[in-house]
Amino acid sequence: MLAKLMGFFLLGLVRVLTGSQARWYGCPPKAEQRIYFANHQSHADLVMIWAALPEELRSITRPIAARDYWTKSPFRQWITTAVFNAIYVERQAAPAAAAATTDASPAPAQAPAAPAIAPSPEALRAALPEGDPLAPLVRALESGDSIIIFPEGTRGHGDDPQPFKSGLFRLAQMFPQVVLVPAWINNVQRVIPKGEVVPVPILCSVTFGAPIQLEPGEERRPFLDRARLAVMALREV
Amino acid sequence: MNTFLRSLSTTQQIGALFLVVFGVLSLVTLWSFVRSLREAPDGDADAAAARKAKARRLRALLQTSWAMATVFWVGWVLGDTAATVLFALVAFFALREFITLSPTRRGDHRSLVLAFFVVLPLQFVLVGTRHFDLFTVFIPVYVFLALPVVSALANDPQRFLERSAKLQWGIMVCVYGMSHVPALLLLDFPGQEAGRGAFLVFYLVLAVQTCMVVQHLLGRRFPHKPVAPAVSQSFQWASWLAGVGVGGLVGGLLSFITPFKPGQALGMALLACVAGSLGHLVMKALKRDRGITSWGMQGQSVTGAGGLLDRVDALCFAAPVFFHSVRWYFGL
Repeated sequence: MLAKLMGFFLLGLVRVLTGSQARWYGCPPKAEQRIYFANHQSHADLVMIWAALPEELRSITRPIAARDYWTKSPFRQWITTAVFNAIYVERQAAPAAAAATTDASPAPAQAPAAPAIAPSPEALRAALPEGDPLAPLVRALESGDSIIIFPEGTRGHGDDPQPFKSGLFRLAQMFPQVVLVPAWINNVQRVIPKGEVVPVPILCSVTFGAPIQLEPGEERRPFLDRARLAVMALREV
Repeated sequence: MNTFLRSLSTTQQIGALFLVVFGVLSLVTLWSFVRSLREAPDGDADAAAARKAKARRLRALLQTSWAMATVFWVGWVLGDTAATVLFALVAFFALREFITLSPTRRGDHRSLVLAFFVVLPLQFVLVGTRHFDLFTVFIPVYVFLALPVVSALANDPQRFLERSAKLQWGIMVCVYGMSHVPALLLLDFPGQEAGRGAFLVFYLVLAVQTCMVVQHLLGRRFPHKPVAPAVSQSFQWASWLAGVGVGGLVGGLLSFITPFKPGQALGMALLACVAGSLGHLVMKALKRDRGITSWGMQGQSVTGAGGLLDRVDALCFAAPVFFHSVRWYFGL
Protein backbone atom coordinates (compact mmCIF):
# COMPACT_ATOMS: atom_id res chain seq x y z
CA MET A 1 0.00 0.00 0.00
CA LEU A 2 2.74 2.38 1.02
CA ALA A 3 4.78 1.19 -1.91
CA LYS A 4 1.93 1.98 -4.27
CA LEU A 5 1.56 5.46 -2.83
CA MET A 6 5.27 6.04 -3.09
CA GLY A 7 5.09 4.79 -6.66
CA PHE A 8 2.41 7.34 -7.54
CA PHE A 9 4.29 10.09 -5.79
CA LEU A 10 7.53 9.28 -7.60
CA LEU A 11 5.72 9.04 -10.89
CA GLY A 12 4.16 12.45 -10.35
CA LEU A 13 7.46 13.94 -9.26
CA VAL A 14 9.30 12.56 -12.27
CA ARG A 15 6.59 13.78 -14.62
CA VAL A 16 6.62 17.31 -13.15
CA LEU A 17 10.39 17.48 -13.21
CA THR A 18 11.11 15.87 -16.54
CA GLY A 19 7.94 15.25 -18.49
CA SER A 20 9.29 11.68 -18.98
CA GLN A 21 7.76 11.14 -22.36
CA ALA A 22 7.90 7.70 -23.99
CA ARG A 23 8.31 7.66 -27.76
CA TRP A 24 7.51 4.26 -29.20
CA TYR A 25 9.32 4.70 -32.47
CA GLY A 26 10.20 1.17 -33.56
CA CYS A 27 7.79 -1.04 -31.69
CA PRO A 28 4.49 -0.71 -29.83
CA PRO A 29 4.21 -1.04 -26.05
CA LYS A 30 3.30 -4.71 -26.16
CA ALA A 31 3.21 -6.92 -23.08
CA GLU A 32 5.59 -9.57 -24.36
CA GLN A 33 8.81 -10.70 -22.76
CA ARG A 34 11.42 -8.12 -23.68
CA ILE A 35 14.91 -7.03 -22.75
CA TYR A 36 15.14 -3.25 -23.00
CA PHE A 37 18.72 -2.02 -23.25
CA ALA A 38 19.51 1.69 -22.96
CA ASN A 39 22.35 4.15 -22.58
CA HIS A 40 23.43 4.90 -19.04
CA GLN A 41 24.18 8.44 -17.92
CA SER A 42 22.97 8.83 -14.39
CA HIS A 43 21.41 6.91 -11.53
CA ALA A 44 18.09 8.48 -12.44
CA ASP A 45 18.03 6.43 -15.67
CA LEU A 46 16.16 3.55 -14.12
CA VAL A 47 13.54 5.90 -12.64
CA MET A 48 13.17 7.64 -15.99
CA ILE A 49 12.62 4.55 -18.07
CA TRP A 50 10.36 3.08 -15.38
CA ALA A 51 8.21 6.23 -15.43
CA ALA A 52 8.09 6.28 -19.21
CA LEU A 53 6.56 2.81 -19.49
CA PRO A 54 2.77 2.55 -19.48
CA GLU A 55 1.21 1.06 -16.38
CA GLU A 56 0.60 -2.43 -17.77
CA LEU A 57 4.22 -2.76 -18.78
CA ARG A 58 5.54 -1.27 -15.57
CA SER A 59 4.23 -4.13 -13.50
CA ILE A 60 5.93 -6.81 -15.59
CA THR A 61 9.21 -5.04 -16.30
CA ARG A 62 12.05 -5.15 -13.79
CA PRO A 63 14.92 -2.68 -14.09
CA ILE A 64 18.46 -3.56 -13.19
CA ALA A 65 19.91 -1.80 -10.15
CA ALA A 66 23.51 -1.72 -8.97
CA ARG A 67 23.56 -3.41 -5.59
CA ASP A 68 26.39 -1.30 -4.16
CA TYR A 69 24.61 2.00 -4.88
CA TRP A 70 20.99 1.11 -4.27
CA THR A 71 21.44 -0.75 -0.99
CA LYS A 72 23.43 1.98 0.68
CA SER A 73 20.50 3.16 2.77
CA PRO A 74 17.34 1.36 3.91
CA PHE A 75 15.21 3.92 2.04
CA ARG A 76 16.98 3.25 -1.25
CA GLN A 77 16.73 -0.48 -0.71
CA TRP A 78 13.04 -0.24 0.00
CA ILE A 79 12.40 1.93 -3.03
CA THR A 80 14.19 -0.38 -5.43
CA THR A 81 12.57 -3.54 -4.12
CA ALA A 82 9.05 -2.45 -3.20
CA VAL A 83 8.42 0.30 -5.74
CA PHE A 84 10.54 -0.52 -8.78
CA ASN A 85 10.77 -4.28 -8.25
CA ALA A 86 14.36 -4.04 -9.43
CA ILE A 87 16.91 -6.81 -9.83
CA TYR A 88 20.10 -6.24 -7.87
CA VAL A 89 23.30 -6.92 -9.73
CA GLU A 90 26.80 -6.98 -8.34
CA ARG A 91 29.03 -4.60 -10.22
CA GLN A 92 32.14 -5.59 -8.35
CA ALA A 93 31.73 -9.24 -9.33
CA ALA A 94 32.89 -8.39 -12.84
CA PRO A 95 36.49 -9.54 -12.23
CA ALA A 96 35.19 -12.84 -10.75
CA ALA A 97 32.91 -13.32 -13.74
CA ALA A 98 35.74 -12.56 -16.12
CA ALA A 99 37.86 -15.13 -14.35
CA ALA A 100 35.02 -17.65 -14.51
CA THR A 101 34.52 -17.12 -18.24
CA THR A 102 38.23 -17.38 -18.99
CA ASP A 103 38.31 -20.61 -17.01
CA ALA A 104 35.26 -21.96 -18.78
CA SER A 105 36.11 -20.92 -22.33
CA PRO A 106 39.19 -23.12 -22.93
CA ALA A 107 37.19 -26.24 -22.09
CA PRO A 108 34.38 -25.84 -24.68
CA ALA A 109 36.92 -24.68 -27.25
CA GLN A 110 38.66 -28.03 -26.98
CA ALA A 111 35.58 -30.23 -26.75
CA PRO A 112 33.74 -29.65 -30.08
CA ALA A 113 36.86 -29.96 -32.18
CA ALA A 114 34.95 -31.20 -35.23
CA PRO A 115 31.65 -29.46 -36.21
CA ALA A 116 31.30 -26.52 -33.79
CA ILE A 117 27.70 -27.06 -32.67
CA ALA A 118 26.68 -24.02 -30.66
CA PRO A 119 25.52 -25.01 -27.17
CA SER A 120 21.74 -24.86 -26.80
CA PRO A 121 20.23 -22.04 -24.75
CA GLU A 122 19.19 -24.48 -22.04
CA ALA A 123 22.73 -25.79 -21.80
CA LEU A 124 24.10 -22.29 -21.53
CA ARG A 125 21.66 -21.45 -18.78
CA ALA A 126 22.51 -24.61 -16.90
CA ALA A 127 26.22 -23.94 -17.28
CA LEU A 128 25.91 -20.51 -15.63
CA PRO A 129 27.91 -20.40 -12.39
CA GLU A 130 25.95 -19.38 -9.31
CA GLY A 131 28.03 -16.30 -8.48
CA ASP A 132 27.83 -14.94 -11.99
CA PRO A 133 26.53 -11.36 -12.06
CA LEU A 134 24.05 -12.37 -14.75
CA ALA A 135 22.45 -15.02 -12.51
CA PRO A 136 19.70 -12.77 -11.03
CA LEU A 137 18.82 -11.54 -14.54
CA VAL A 138 18.65 -15.09 -15.86
CA ARG A 139 16.37 -16.11 -13.00
CA ALA A 140 14.08 -13.14 -13.71
CA LEU A 141 13.92 -13.97 -17.41
CA GLU A 142 13.24 -17.62 -16.63
CA SER A 143 10.25 -16.60 -14.56
CA GLY A 144 8.86 -14.63 -17.49
CA ASP A 145 9.66 -11.03 -16.49
CA SER A 146 10.85 -8.39 -18.90
CA ILE A 147 14.03 -6.64 -17.82
CA ILE A 148 15.76 -3.34 -18.42
CA ILE A 149 19.55 -3.44 -18.58
CA PHE A 150 22.31 -0.93 -19.21
CA PRO A 151 24.92 -2.76 -21.25
CA GLU A 152 27.58 -0.08 -20.76
CA GLY A 153 28.08 -1.40 -17.27
CA THR A 154 28.75 1.94 -15.61
CA ARG A 155 27.53 5.46 -16.10
CA GLY A 156 29.01 7.15 -19.11
CA HIS A 157 30.03 10.77 -19.19
CA GLY A 158 30.81 11.34 -22.84
CA ASP A 159 28.44 12.15 -25.65
CA ASP A 160 28.42 8.61 -27.05
CA PRO A 161 27.72 5.45 -25.10
CA GLN A 162 30.73 3.37 -24.13
CA PRO A 163 31.31 -0.03 -25.79
CA PHE A 164 28.79 -2.55 -24.52
CA LYS A 165 29.81 -5.30 -22.12
CA SER A 166 29.07 -8.89 -22.94
CA GLY A 167 26.05 -9.39 -20.68
CA LEU A 168 23.58 -8.54 -23.43
CA PHE A 169 25.18 -11.06 -25.80
CA ARG A 170 25.08 -13.86 -23.27
CA LEU A 171 21.47 -13.13 -22.35
CA ALA A 172 20.50 -13.06 -26.03
CA GLN A 173 22.15 -16.47 -26.46
CA MET A 174 20.41 -17.96 -23.46
CA PHE A 175 16.96 -16.61 -24.29
CA PRO A 176 16.53 -16.49 -28.06
CA GLN A 177 12.79 -15.97 -27.89
CA VAL A 178 12.97 -12.77 -25.86
CA VAL A 179 12.60 -9.55 -27.90
CA LEU A 180 15.57 -7.16 -27.61
CA VAL A 181 14.42 -3.52 -27.73
CA PRO A 182 16.96 -0.67 -27.86
CA ALA A 183 16.13 2.54 -26.02
CA TRP A 184 17.68 5.99 -25.89
CA ILE A 185 17.22 8.04 -22.73
CA ASN A 186 17.59 11.67 -23.67
CA ASN A 187 18.86 14.49 -21.54
CA VAL A 188 18.86 12.80 -18.16
CA GLN A 189 22.44 13.73 -17.42
CA ARG A 190 21.37 17.35 -17.22
CA VAL A 191 18.73 16.64 -14.61
CA ILE A 192 21.10 15.29 -11.93
CA PRO A 193 24.74 15.45 -13.01
CA LYS A 194 27.26 13.44 -11.05
CA GLY A 195 27.80 14.81 -7.59
CA GLU A 196 24.67 16.93 -7.40
CA VAL A 197 21.68 16.31 -5.18
CA VAL A 198 18.89 18.62 -6.30
CA PRO A 199 17.41 17.83 -9.74
CA VAL A 200 16.75 20.54 -12.29
CA PRO A 201 13.48 20.33 -14.21
CA ILE A 202 14.47 19.52 -17.76
CA LEU A 203 12.32 17.69 -20.27
CA CYS A 204 13.53 14.14 -20.96
CA SER A 205 12.24 11.44 -23.20
CA VAL A 206 12.83 7.74 -23.77
CA THR A 207 12.78 6.58 -27.40
CA PHE A 208 12.16 2.88 -28.01
CA GLY A 209 13.45 1.58 -31.30
CA ALA A 210 12.89 -1.43 -33.53
CA PRO A 211 13.86 -4.75 -31.92
CA ILE A 212 17.15 -6.37 -32.91
CA GLN A 213 17.86 -10.05 -33.18
CA LEU A 214 20.93 -12.16 -32.53
CA GLU A 215 21.73 -13.67 -35.93
CA PRO A 216 22.69 -17.38 -35.91
CA GLY A 217 26.46 -17.63 -35.81
CA GLU A 218 26.96 -13.93 -35.01
CA GLU A 219 30.02 -13.23 -32.91
CA ARG A 220 29.98 -11.36 -29.63
CA ARG A 221 31.73 -8.13 -30.57
CA PRO A 222 29.86 -7.51 -33.88
CA PHE A 223 26.54 -8.11 -32.14
CA LEU A 224 27.36 -5.75 -29.30
CA ASP A 225 28.55 -3.08 -31.72
CA ARG A 226 25.35 -3.48 -33.72
CA ALA A 227 23.32 -3.13 -30.54
CA ARG A 228 25.25 0.00 -29.56
CA LEU A 229 24.67 1.54 -33.00
CA ALA A 230 20.96 0.74 -32.73
CA VAL A 231 20.78 2.68 -29.46
CA MET A 232 22.76 5.60 -30.85
CA ALA A 233 20.59 5.78 -33.95
CA LEU A 234 17.58 6.56 -31.77
CA ARG A 235 19.23 9.78 -30.72
CA GLU A 236 18.57 11.32 -34.11
CA VAL A 237 14.96 10.32 -34.32
CA MET B 1 -29.01 46.77 -20.49
CA ASN B 2 -26.11 48.99 -19.55
CA THR B 3 -27.67 50.03 -16.26
CA PHE B 4 -28.41 46.38 -15.49
CA LEU B 5 -24.81 45.42 -16.13
CA ARG B 6 -23.53 48.24 -13.99
CA SER B 7 -25.85 47.32 -11.16
CA LEU B 8 -24.28 43.87 -10.85
CA SER B 9 -21.48 43.41 -8.39
CA THR B 10 -17.95 42.94 -9.68
CA THR B 11 -18.03 39.20 -9.13
CA GLN B 12 -21.27 38.88 -11.02
CA GLN B 13 -19.90 40.98 -13.85
CA ILE B 14 -16.83 38.79 -14.16
CA GLY B 15 -19.05 35.73 -14.07
CA ALA B 16 -21.14 37.18 -16.88
CA LEU B 17 -17.95 37.84 -18.82
CA PHE B 18 -16.84 34.23 -18.52
CA LEU B 19 -20.29 33.14 -19.60
CA VAL B 20 -19.89 35.22 -22.74
CA VAL B 21 -16.42 33.81 -23.42
CA PHE B 22 -17.46 30.19 -22.94
CA GLY B 23 -20.60 30.85 -24.96
CA VAL B 24 -18.63 32.20 -27.89
CA LEU B 25 -16.16 29.32 -27.68
CA SER B 26 -18.98 26.79 -27.59
CA LEU B 27 -20.65 28.34 -30.62
CA VAL B 28 -17.41 28.35 -32.60
CA THR B 29 -16.65 24.75 -31.58
CA LEU B 30 -20.14 23.67 -32.58
CA TRP B 31 -19.87 25.43 -35.92
CA SER B 32 -16.51 23.85 -36.69
CA PHE B 33 -17.83 20.43 -35.69
CA VAL B 34 -20.86 20.78 -37.95
CA ARG B 35 -18.64 21.96 -40.76
CA SER B 36 -16.42 18.91 -40.36
CA LEU B 37 -19.46 16.66 -40.67
CA ARG B 38 -20.43 18.18 -43.98
CA GLU B 39 -19.35 16.02 -46.90
CA ALA B 40 -16.45 17.44 -48.79
CA PRO B 41 -17.13 18.17 -52.47
CA ASP B 42 -15.22 16.05 -54.94
CA GLY B 43 -11.99 17.84 -55.49
CA ASP B 44 -8.41 16.92 -56.14
CA ALA B 45 -6.28 15.44 -53.42
CA ASP B 46 -4.41 18.69 -52.85
CA ALA B 47 -7.55 20.65 -52.02
CA ALA B 48 -8.70 17.91 -49.68
CA ALA B 49 -5.33 17.84 -47.91
CA ALA B 50 -5.33 21.64 -47.58
CA ARG B 51 -8.84 21.52 -46.13
CA LYS B 52 -7.78 18.86 -43.67
CA ALA B 53 -4.77 20.92 -42.59
CA LYS B 54 -6.97 23.98 -42.10
CA ALA B 55 -9.42 22.00 -40.02
CA ARG B 56 -6.60 20.65 -37.90
CA ARG B 57 -5.21 24.14 -37.30
CA LEU B 58 -8.63 25.45 -36.35
CA ARG B 59 -9.07 22.55 -33.95
CA ALA B 60 -5.67 23.26 -32.36
CA LEU B 61 -6.56 26.94 -32.00
CA LEU B 62 -9.89 26.05 -30.40
CA GLN B 63 -8.23 23.61 -28.03
CA THR B 64 -5.74 26.25 -26.97
CA SER B 65 -8.50 28.80 -26.47
CA TRP B 66 -10.55 26.39 -24.38
CA ALA B 67 -7.51 25.52 -22.28
CA MET B 68 -6.63 29.16 -21.67
CA ALA B 69 -10.23 30.14 -20.89
CA THR B 70 -10.56 27.23 -18.47
CA VAL B 71 -7.26 28.02 -16.76
CA PHE B 72 -8.27 31.62 -16.28
CA TRP B 73 -11.72 30.64 -15.06
CA VAL B 74 -10.32 28.15 -12.55
CA GLY B 75 -7.86 30.78 -11.36
CA TRP B 76 -10.62 33.32 -10.88
CA VAL B 77 -12.99 30.92 -9.15
CA LEU B 78 -10.39 29.78 -6.66
CA GLY B 79 -9.37 33.28 -5.65
CA ASP B 80 -6.31 35.46 -5.89
CA THR B 81 -3.87 33.11 -4.19
CA ALA B 82 -4.89 30.16 -6.30
CA ALA B 83 -4.64 32.27 -9.45
CA THR B 84 -1.11 33.32 -8.50
CA VAL B 85 -0.14 29.70 -7.85
CA LEU B 86 -1.67 28.69 -11.18
CA PHE B 87 0.38 31.24 -13.06
CA ALA B 88 3.46 30.17 -11.11
CA LEU B 89 2.91 26.64 -12.41
CA VAL B 90 2.53 27.90 -15.97
CA ALA B 91 5.76 29.87 -15.58
CA PHE B 92 7.46 26.73 -14.20
CA PHE B 93 6.50 24.62 -17.21
CA ALA B 94 7.38 27.37 -19.67
CA LEU B 95 10.81 27.85 -18.07
CA ARG B 96 11.33 24.09 -18.14
CA GLU B 97 10.71 24.10 -21.90
CA PHE B 98 13.00 27.07 -22.46
CA ILE B 99 15.88 25.60 -20.46
CA THR B 100 15.51 22.17 -22.10
CA LEU B 101 16.21 23.64 -25.50
CA SER B 102 19.04 25.93 -24.37
CA PRO B 103 22.17 23.86 -23.87
CA THR B 104 23.57 24.42 -20.44
CA ARG B 105 26.68 22.98 -18.94
CA ARG B 106 27.46 21.23 -15.70
CA GLY B 107 28.55 24.51 -14.12
CA ASP B 108 25.08 25.98 -14.56
CA HIS B 109 23.41 23.33 -12.43
CA ARG B 110 23.39 25.33 -9.20
CA SER B 111 22.14 28.45 -10.98
CA LEU B 112 19.38 26.45 -12.62
CA VAL B 113 18.34 24.97 -9.30
CA LEU B 114 18.22 28.46 -7.84
CA ALA B 115 16.24 29.74 -10.81
CA PHE B 116 13.57 27.07 -10.59
CA PHE B 117 13.26 26.61 -6.86
CA VAL B 118 14.19 29.99 -5.36
CA VAL B 119 13.74 32.77 -7.91
CA LEU B 120 10.46 31.55 -9.37
CA PRO B 121 8.64 30.98 -6.06
CA LEU B 122 10.06 34.18 -4.60
CA GLN B 123 8.90 36.25 -7.54
CA PHE B 124 5.39 34.89 -7.30
CA VAL B 125 5.32 35.33 -3.53
CA LEU B 126 6.21 38.96 -4.09
CA VAL B 127 3.34 39.21 -6.54
CA GLY B 128 0.95 37.51 -4.16
CA THR B 129 1.85 39.83 -1.30
CA ARG B 130 1.56 42.85 -3.58
CA HIS B 131 5.09 44.17 -3.10
CA PHE B 132 4.88 45.67 -6.55
CA ASP B 133 7.94 47.88 -6.31
CA LEU B 134 10.23 45.07 -5.18
CA PHE B 135 8.69 42.59 -7.58
CA THR B 136 9.43 44.85 -10.53
CA VAL B 137 13.15 45.07 -9.79
CA PHE B 138 13.85 41.72 -8.13
CA ILE B 139 14.78 39.84 -11.29
CA PRO B 140 16.34 42.60 -13.41
CA VAL B 141 18.52 43.90 -10.59
CA TYR B 142 19.18 41.26 -7.95
CA VAL B 143 18.81 37.99 -9.80
CA PHE B 144 20.67 39.43 -12.79
CA LEU B 145 23.72 39.68 -10.57
CA ALA B 146 23.23 36.73 -8.26
CA LEU B 147 22.87 33.90 -10.77
CA PRO B 148 26.01 34.65 -12.81
CA VAL B 149 27.90 34.84 -9.51
CA VAL B 150 26.79 31.29 -8.70
CA SER B 151 27.77 30.15 -12.18
CA ALA B 152 31.16 31.85 -11.85
CA LEU B 153 31.77 30.08 -8.54
CA ALA B 154 31.15 26.78 -10.33
CA ASN B 155 34.49 27.23 -12.01
CA ASP B 156 33.53 26.80 -15.65
CA PRO B 157 34.39 29.74 -17.94
CA GLN B 158 33.57 28.04 -21.23
CA ARG B 159 30.91 30.03 -23.09
CA PHE B 160 30.17 31.80 -19.82
CA LEU B 161 28.53 34.87 -21.35
CA GLU B 162 26.31 32.77 -23.60
CA ARG B 163 25.13 30.52 -20.78
CA SER B 164 24.45 33.35 -18.35
CA ALA B 165 22.60 35.30 -21.02
CA LYS B 166 20.44 32.27 -21.87
CA LEU B 167 19.52 31.75 -18.26
CA GLN B 168 18.71 35.42 -17.74
CA TRP B 169 16.58 35.50 -20.88
CA GLY B 170 14.69 32.42 -19.82
CA ILE B 171 13.95 33.89 -16.43
CA MET B 172 12.98 37.27 -17.85
CA VAL B 173 10.57 35.86 -20.39
CA CYS B 174 9.07 32.95 -18.50
CA VAL B 175 9.16 34.09 -14.87
CA TYR B 176 9.25 37.87 -14.98
CA GLY B 177 6.83 38.22 -17.89
CA MET B 178 4.37 35.63 -16.65
CA SER B 179 4.36 37.04 -13.13
CA HIS B 180 2.92 40.31 -14.41
CA VAL B 181 -0.36 38.65 -15.30
CA PRO B 182 -1.34 37.84 -11.71
CA ALA B 183 0.12 41.22 -10.77
CA LEU B 184 -2.50 42.83 -13.02
CA LEU B 185 -5.08 40.71 -11.28
CA LEU B 186 -4.03 42.04 -7.90
CA LEU B 187 -3.77 45.67 -8.92
CA ASP B 188 -6.19 47.85 -7.03
CA PHE B 189 -7.35 51.07 -8.57
CA PRO B 190 -8.28 53.89 -6.16
CA GLY B 191 -11.92 54.77 -6.34
CA GLN B 192 -12.80 51.36 -7.70
CA GLU B 193 -13.81 48.25 -5.85
CA ALA B 194 -11.33 45.43 -5.49
CA GLY B 195 -11.37 42.59 -7.94
CA ARG B 196 -11.49 44.67 -11.08
CA GLY B 197 -8.03 43.43 -11.92
CA ALA B 198 -9.62 40.37 -13.46
CA PHE B 199 -11.16 42.59 -16.11
CA LEU B 200 -7.79 44.07 -16.90
CA VAL B 201 -6.33 40.60 -17.38
CA PHE B 202 -9.21 39.67 -19.64
CA TYR B 203 -8.80 42.91 -21.59
CA LEU B 204 -5.07 42.32 -22.04
CA VAL B 205 -5.37 38.68 -23.02
CA LEU B 206 -8.21 39.30 -25.45
CA ALA B 207 -6.47 42.23 -27.12
CA VAL B 208 -3.14 40.41 -27.49
CA GLN B 209 -4.62 37.10 -28.63
CA THR B 210 -6.91 38.86 -31.13
CA CYS B 211 -3.88 40.67 -32.51
CA MET B 212 -1.93 37.42 -32.88
CA VAL B 213 -4.80 35.52 -34.47
CA VAL B 214 -5.69 38.33 -36.92
CA GLN B 215 -2.05 38.80 -37.84
CA HIS B 216 -1.69 35.07 -38.46
CA LEU B 217 -4.89 34.74 -40.49
CA LEU B 218 -4.32 37.85 -42.62
CA GLY B 219 -0.74 36.81 -43.18
CA ARG B 220 -1.93 33.55 -44.69
CA ARG B 221 -4.75 35.07 -46.66
CA PHE B 222 -2.81 37.97 -48.20
CA PRO B 223 0.81 36.92 -48.21
CA HIS B 224 3.38 39.63 -48.77
CA LYS B 225 7.12 39.49 -48.79
CA PRO B 226 8.32 38.58 -45.29
CA VAL B 227 10.34 41.28 -43.57
CA ALA B 228 12.95 38.94 -42.11
CA PRO B 229 12.61 35.58 -43.85
CA ALA B 230 15.53 34.03 -42.00
CA VAL B 231 13.72 34.66 -38.73
CA SER B 232 10.08 34.28 -39.65
CA GLN B 233 8.51 33.26 -42.93
CA SER B 234 5.20 34.85 -42.05
CA PHE B 235 5.99 38.20 -40.44
CA GLN B 236 5.02 41.06 -42.74
CA TRP B 237 4.42 44.71 -41.95
CA ALA B 238 0.97 44.76 -43.55
CA SER B 239 -0.53 41.90 -41.56
CA TRP B 240 1.30 43.08 -38.45
CA LEU B 241 -0.23 46.56 -38.70
CA ALA B 242 -3.65 45.06 -39.32
CA GLY B 243 -3.30 42.74 -36.35
CA VAL B 244 -2.20 45.54 -34.03
CA GLY B 245 -5.00 47.76 -35.31
CA VAL B 246 -7.69 45.16 -34.74
CA GLY B 247 -6.28 44.29 -31.32
CA GLY B 248 -6.31 47.95 -30.37
CA LEU B 249 -9.86 48.29 -31.59
CA VAL B 250 -10.99 45.32 -29.53
CA GLY B 251 -9.30 46.88 -26.51
CA GLY B 252 -10.98 50.19 -27.21
CA LEU B 253 -14.36 48.52 -27.42
CA LEU B 254 -13.75 46.87 -24.07
CA SER B 255 -13.03 50.14 -22.32
CA PHE B 256 -16.24 49.87 -20.33
CA ILE B 257 -14.84 47.07 -18.20
CA THR B 258 -11.60 48.92 -17.47
CA PRO B 259 -10.88 52.15 -15.59
CA PHE B 260 -9.78 53.71 -18.90
CA LYS B 261 -11.69 56.11 -21.09
CA PRO B 262 -12.20 54.76 -24.64
CA GLY B 263 -9.27 56.72 -26.06
CA GLN B 264 -6.98 55.58 -23.23
CA ALA B 265 -8.15 52.00 -23.66
CA LEU B 266 -7.36 52.10 -27.38
CA GLY B 267 -3.88 53.47 -26.70
CA MET B 268 -3.16 50.91 -23.98
CA ALA B 269 -4.36 48.05 -26.15
CA LEU B 270 -2.23 49.24 -29.09
CA LEU B 271 0.80 49.33 -26.81
CA ALA B 272 0.14 45.86 -25.46
CA CYS B 273 -0.41 44.42 -28.96
CA VAL B 274 2.78 45.96 -30.30
CA ALA B 275 4.77 44.59 -27.37
CA GLY B 276 3.19 41.15 -27.62
CA SER B 277 3.53 40.68 -31.37
CA LEU B 278 7.10 41.99 -31.53
CA GLY B 279 7.98 39.84 -28.55
CA HIS B 280 6.64 36.83 -30.43
CA LEU B 281 8.97 37.75 -33.30
CA VAL B 282 11.91 37.87 -30.91
CA MET B 283 11.03 34.41 -29.61
CA LYS B 284 10.89 33.20 -33.22
CA ALA B 285 14.44 34.46 -33.67
CA LEU B 286 15.48 32.58 -30.54
CA LYS B 287 13.90 29.40 -31.84
CA ARG B 288 15.58 29.74 -35.22
CA ASP B 289 18.88 30.13 -33.45
CA ARG B 290 18.28 26.79 -31.77
CA GLY B 291 17.33 25.29 -35.14
CA ILE B 292 13.70 24.55 -34.28
CA THR B 293 10.44 26.02 -35.52
CA SER B 294 8.40 25.68 -32.38
CA TRP B 295 9.20 24.78 -28.79
CA GLY B 296 6.74 21.93 -28.96
CA MET B 297 7.44 20.44 -32.41
CA GLN B 298 3.91 19.04 -32.46
CA GLY B 299 4.75 16.68 -29.63
CA GLN B 300 7.14 14.66 -31.78
CA SER B 301 10.39 16.07 -30.54
CA VAL B 302 12.95 14.02 -28.73
CA THR B 303 12.71 16.40 -25.80
CA GLY B 304 9.01 15.88 -25.24
CA ALA B 305 8.31 19.60 -25.05
CA GLY B 306 4.64 20.40 -25.44
CA GLY B 307 4.67 23.84 -26.96
CA LEU B 308 3.35 25.73 -23.94
CA LEU B 309 5.85 28.49 -24.48
CA ASP B 310 4.65 28.95 -28.06
CA ARG B 311 1.21 29.82 -26.76
CA VAL B 312 2.10 32.22 -23.98
CA ASP B 313 5.17 34.04 -25.23
CA ALA B 314 3.22 37.02 -26.62
CA LEU B 315 1.52 37.41 -23.26
CA CYS B 316 4.87 37.19 -21.46
CA PHE B 317 6.12 40.19 -23.41
CA ALA B 318 2.93 42.24 -23.38
CA ALA B 319 2.15 41.88 -19.67
CA PRO B 320 5.15 43.74 -18.18
CA VAL B 321 4.82 46.61 -20.67
CA PHE B 322 1.12 46.89 -20.02
CA PHE B 323 1.45 46.61 -16.24
CA HIS B 324 4.12 49.26 -16.03
CA SER B 325 2.25 51.63 -18.37
CA VAL B 326 -0.90 51.28 -16.33
CA ARG B 327 0.87 51.94 -13.06
CA TRP B 328 2.83 54.86 -14.49
CA TYR B 329 -0.18 56.43 -16.20
CA PHE B 330 -2.42 56.21 -13.20
CA GLY B 331 0.34 56.97 -10.71
CA LEU B 332 -0.33 53.80 -8.70
